[in-house]
Amino acid sequence: MCVCVCVCVQSGPASLPAEDISTNSNGPKQDSLFDDDPEDLFAEATEEVSLDSPERDVLLSDGPSPAITPITPPCSLITPHIDMFTHCSFDEIEEEEGGDSFDMHISVSDPEKVGDGMNAYMAYKVSTKTSMSLFRSQDFSVKRRFSDFLGLHSKLASKYLHIGYIVPPAPEKSIVGMTKVKVGKEDQSSNEFVEKRRSALERYLMRTVKHPTLLKDPDVLQFLESSELPRAVSTQALSSAGILRMVNKAAEAVNKMTIKMNESDAWFEEKQQHFDNLDLQLRKLHASVESLVCHRRELSVNTALFAKSAAMLGNSEDHTALSRALSQLAEVEEKIDQLHQDQANADFYCFSELLGDYVRLITAVKGVFDHRMKTWQKWQDGQILLQKKREAEAKLQFNNKPEKLQQAKDEMRELEGKVQQGERDFELISKTIRKEVSRFEKERVKDFKTIIIKYLESLVQTQQKQKVKNIIIIIFSISY
Amino acid sequence: HYNTEKYHHMRSVSVDLNHDASLLIDIPDALCERDKVKFTVHTKTTLSSFQKPDFSVPRQHEDFIWLHDTLVETEDYAGLIIPPVPPKPDFESPREKMHKLGEGEATMTKEEYTKMKQELEAEYLAVFKKTVQVHEVFLQRLSSHPILSKDRNFQIFLEYDQDLTVRRKNAKEMFGGFFKNMVKSADEVLISGIKEVDDFFEQEKTFLLDYYSKIKDSTAKAEKMTRSHKNIADDYIHISATLNTLSADDSTYRHCGGYYMSSFVFLQKVEGRVASDQELKLTELLRYYMRDIQAAKDLLYRRARALVDYENSNKALDKARLKSRDIPQAEEHQKQCLQKFDKLSESGKKELTSFKGRRVVAFRKNLIEMAELEIKHAKVSSPIQPRDFYTLIHVYNM
Repeated sequence: MCVCVCVCVQSGPASLPAEDISTNSNGPKQDSLFDDDPEDLFAEATEEVSLDSPERDVLLSDGPSPAITPITPPCSLITPHIDMFTHCSFDEIEEEEGGDSFDMHISVSDPEKVGDGMNAYMAYKVSTKTSMSLFRSQDFSVKRRFSDFLGLHSKLASKYLHIGYIVPPAPEKSIVGMTKVKVGKEDQSSNEFVEKRRSALERYLMRTVKHPTLLKDPDVLQFLESSELPRAVSTQALSSAGILRMVNKAAEAVNKMTIKMNESDAWFEEKQQHFDNLDLQLRKLHASVESLVCHRRELSVNTALFAKSAAMLGNSEDHTALSRALSQLAEVEEKIDQLHQDQANADFYCFSELLGDYVRLITAVKGVFDHRMKTWQKWQDGQILLQKKREAEAKLQFNNKPEKLQQAKDEMRELEGKVQQGERDFELISKTIRKEVSRFEKERVKDFKTIIIKYLESLVQTQQKQKVKNIIIIIFSISY
Repeated sequence: HYNTEKYHHMRSVSVDLNHDASLLIDIPDALCERDKVKFTVHTKTTLSSFQKPDFSVPRQHEDFIWLHDTLVETEDYAGLIIPPVPPKPDFESPREKMHKLGEGEATMTKEEYTKMKQELEAEYLAVFKKTVQVHEVFLQRLSSHPILSKDRNFQIFLEYDQDLTVRRKNAKEMFGGFFKNMVKSADEVLISGIKEVDDFFEQEKTFLLDYYSKIKDSTAKAEKMTRSHKNIADDYIHISATLNTLSADDSTYRHCGGYYMSSFVFLQKVEGRVASDQELKLTELLRYYMRDIQAAKDLLYRRARALVDYENSNKALDKARLKSRDIPQAEEHQKQCLQKFDKLSESGKKELTSFKGRRVVAFRKNLIEMAELEIKHAKVSSPIQPRDFYTLIHVYNM
């Protein structure tokens, strides 16, 4: 059971309100979540950690006050894949209608190559552990392939994007990466590719199920539960459906440019700007971090090469003490090499992957804003059409054509209905987006905090290793 | 653009030199104008051969080259290892980077640009320090050599208070760089092809040839390593700049990003400093000895040449005896060749032995200094104690 530690309770918008938000106001100030007031910060953070959460066990060693006692950091932190969601799974308590709290953990594991040659594919085991009543059992798993994930996303996108839900984007296709795997190249880069994909799929699923609306979607349930899934053929990159998608995307982009919306709601204008900025900065950051990762790997390779070269030099040296010293130097450099490898891996999976996820997520957010604009446009078009019909009706009345008049009256009534629906749709999508954005921002804060903490911890680890390295250097320099 | 700057260099001597109080040389400061470096060569001496006991002269890199060349081309010094000529100061790399930085200024934030500029200025400074050091060591090698320190041109170099350029031109016309060119071509073939009677030289030859190729390789790899370090340091600058921007625009990051950023920026500083210090110590050491070993190889070459001359003179003598003609000249020539060869062998043996001892001492000294530097960095790089991290984490999770 989860127990929440509450530092202070706010009646304001610190927690995600489940009740309706009026569209007339500018919306509750969701941004006050992030005020400089420290109380706010703690209030926001109260939902995160429970007394028996695994997160806490990992971060604090023994004793209730780690600030005082010296810590031996946990040794398994720099793992090849950082499963950040294990630390987030028991953290949120949502007020659901059914009284279910969010308690679910999905893992994607055991990548297995099925088949041979160009028709081969990777099958992943998707395991779900949950106590929610939504599901048939508490612990179950299925086998899925990559196109199944894409198919799921495609279905969810077609159902929810246009009404304002931020549907998490699926991991990207990679023809190059996959071809290597299919061809059977069992080298480090193809293993890394599979691991990268596995990790991305896991994050994708967790994000999807954490969305309260998407979780209840029958497609999601079917994806997680049923042992057989109809093959999603239209997700292939170069299929006709794929090409159709690309064409549609292009058409949408053109349309977007021509819509001039009279934004009456300052909240939306501000948010649009905010996400545009965020998009720019995150892309830049992502590029820099990827560059960092690349250079760290280069450094690791170069250090290893140098170590070997120094060892050869040591062997060549005919003064035995110096020879020993040079060999030891070579050994130390090898250890430094390991250090760099670990750091590179930690940097990569922690930060770069998350940034990549968020770059794609923000694209989805912007897409949702665009859909709102389209909805508005539809509503406006309906109104214009109605106006025209009214004018036409007036003319008919004037010209006294009873049959045509009746027809016109009927059409108008229908149109009025449509216009009212259009207005309702617009209000609904605006309301949904407010909720979604608030949720999104909350998740973002949490995700980045987790990553930062993990990064800081790995930094500490690195420094510990650095100290060991220094001791080695001292010893050999003294002995020589 | 890089303006005239005056720097006082750091003393990072790589060899045990400058102990003999009768002739002490150092380069206390230098001036950098665009690419040209003007060194102030300062001499303190008790020798009567000098006019004053304490004096300084300004010298350029070309003056050093002139001095080295005259020594190489002096026949009397053929049996000595002439200290390698200091390489030309190379500001090309930082200058090019500065140019690129200027072009890309519009794409960066002000902070980023300033930081990158600082990094480049540090690089300039490192190149500068390096070049002063290597020029200083060259002079000190000469001053501590029993024979070379007495060289007339060396004294002129130290003392002549006018511009050396005029004298340099005359000297070049006289020697024409003949010997230098000869040495540069096909020396390895000649050295390895020779039939060696002396065990010592046989061993030395094998060792030097092998060691040279290995040290050359190590030098190249060390350079690559430090270049990677610099790239990483630059990445950190960009990352911290972007995090700063995010933090300014977006309150979310202000809460997450604060500590993160400072640790990044800090790491960047440390990485950059590690890179340049590592470069200064390790790579310079390797580079220096690579050049020194080339100088030793040059000695072996000259001796090999002398042996070839001697063998040729033997053949000539035999031919003369056969023809019963010009026998006294042939005998005289053969005697001279033998003398020359013996002299070279004798002084060569002494030189190579002391060279080995010097190299071992220098390596040891540098390895220890490197270790001390790493320790210093370790202390500097962890002012944030582990417990501070855990406090931070605790605070986030309260």
